[in-house]
Amino acid sequence: MPATAVAEAGPAPAAPPKTPPKTPPSFGTLALRWYRLNQGRLRATAIGIASLIAFLLVWHLLTTYRVVFFVRFTNVPSPLAVYASFTKAIHDPKFLMHILLSCRRIFIGFSLAAIVGVPLGLIMGRFKLVHEIIFPVAEVLRPIPAIAWVPMAIMLWPTNEQSIVFITFLGSFFPILVNTLHGMSLVDPVLVRAAQCLGARERSIFREVYFPASLPHIFTGLTVGMGVAWVSLIAAEMISGQYGIGYFTWEAYSLVQYADIALGMIAIGVLGLGSSLLIRGAGQLVMPWRST
Amino acid sequence: MSEMLANPSKGHIEVRNFSLSYDSIEGPVQAVTDTQIHVKPGEFVSIVGPSGCGKSTLLNAVAGFLKPTTGIVTVDGERVNGPSAERGMVFQQYSLFPWKTVRENVEFGLKMRGMPRSQRERAARTLLGLAGLEAFEKHYPDKLSGGMKQRVGIVRALATGPKVLLLDEPFGALDAQTRVIMQQILTNMWQRLKISVLFVTHDIDEAIFLSDRVYCMTARPGSIKAEIPIPLERPRQQSMMMSSEFLALRRGLMSLIREESLKAMGGEITDMGMQGLNIELHGHSLADVI
Repeated sequence: MPATAVAEAGPAPAAPPKTPPKTPPSFGTLALRWYRLNQGRLRATAIGIASLIAFLLVWHLLTTYRVVFFVRFTNVPSPLAVYASFTKAIHDPKFLMHILLSCRRIFIGFSLAAIVGVPLGLIMGRFKLVHEIIFPVAEVLRPIPAIAWVPMAIMLWPTNEQSIVFITFLGSFFPILVNTLHGMSLVDPVLVRAAQCLGARERSIFREVYFPASLPHIFTGLTVGMGVAWVSLIAAEMISGQYGIGYFTWEAYSLVQYADIALGMIAIGVLGLGSSLLIRGAGQLVMPWRST
Repeated sequence: MSEMLANPSKGHIEVRNFSLSYDSIEGPVQAVTDTQIHVKPGEFVSIVGPSGCGKSTLLNAVAGFLKPTTGIVTVDGERVNGPSAERGMVFQQYSLFPWKTVRENVEFGLKMRGMPRSQRERAARTLLGLAGLEAFEKHYPDKLSGGMKQRVGIVRALATGPKVLLLDEPFGALDAQTRVIMQQILTNMWQRLKISVLFVTHDIDEAIFLSDRVYCMTARPGSIKAEIPIPLERPRQQSMMMSSEFLALRRGLMSLIREESLKAMGGEITDMGMQGLNIELHGHSLADVI
């Protein structure tokens, strides 16, 4: 094609604006401009920090004055007491072991769920017969909460550790499977056609079209699955565990270590948040086309 | 460059005794019936017709996505049995892979053919350079304008050197100005490549401006109502659209299509119990305004 036609044709967003060279703006102007551009984000951050401080303050007041108003704050530990038990706990190898063990259970259970759930979802989405065979069973098992599996898991697996990992696996497995299936069902058939008339065969279409097209939903499934994995893990640990952060929290209640209850809860919250941030980060890494 | 892209001595499309129907609860529905068309090697042929007449169905059958109920589709004497890289296709919805950069999109066909990475990267860069898109090779399609997306779509379809290029209302989603520019780009490109093109559109000006021949289809069930040669000289320029020759062709095609559109519309409106509307008059006055 003649280059002239292209030159006049292009919407030309690349053409540099022809403005005369200006003197570089002063630091003050730059700072002001940066402030104007980021005003919204700064505001959100400031309000967020203020709101967290307010939460701690209310908590502090409620517990210091031992407020009883329908809810009883008489035995609830104050933020300062929780902080004190936190500084003690981080030097305690037992506390660290609880956390480490919970993380290990999550890692194994969740990884297994992803390794089984994603490929199974992809295959069920692609091959009708597999879908027809597996889907009814999955639909019957799916509404059963992972916690309800605890007695069965203890019977099924020789060790407590294995049954807890199994519960974690079950909790994250179904969200991952269902979202992967959903992603497969939304793949634009025109993209499949486009690949076909560029010479792609079944295998390549699977790898180059179906899989990347489903990735956003797969990651939704992984995020939801991670959340449910923590829910299931903590419940399982509280019921049948010997170690783990869920067990730590329950044990604190039994031993009347009230500050440790709150510490355990906060640790669970932080770990849950951290693991979902990890997944989001992985998602951005794997799907660069979606980051703006 | 053109030798790399297409073989001008090939690309003869032949559609004979073609009909296509699909099943519904009320029985088989005839989409296209008793249709013969052909595209000679290096020829640019358009199909126009009222919406729903089956022109895209016909194109999809040539691409190999749909099997004819009766009749046969061949390219260079070989029966079409499914989609293949020999028949490049450009879609109205661009259909670029959003997870691939512009260059990776263009490389796709070459990758499927097993060309080594460095070689296909070089080929894709050259092609993008020809289309004036080299600055955007690392961009994802989401960041491009509609016109740019479709230029990538066309380059991608041509990258494997297909025998024929099939375009399904490729500029239908673009604004009027961009559409005119894209038509010029396409005609320039075709002028160099001399690849056989089958082009589906409902835009009469577009069909006349681009084509050597235009098939006009009837309302559903679609069949060929007329075949109109376009004897306008090449290379085509936008200014020709004001010539008396162009306008005469346009008037002829317009009245053919109008008849069919009214048939299609009339059917619908009668069904809705709205015979009171003077659509005949409305149709004429609308056409006269255009």
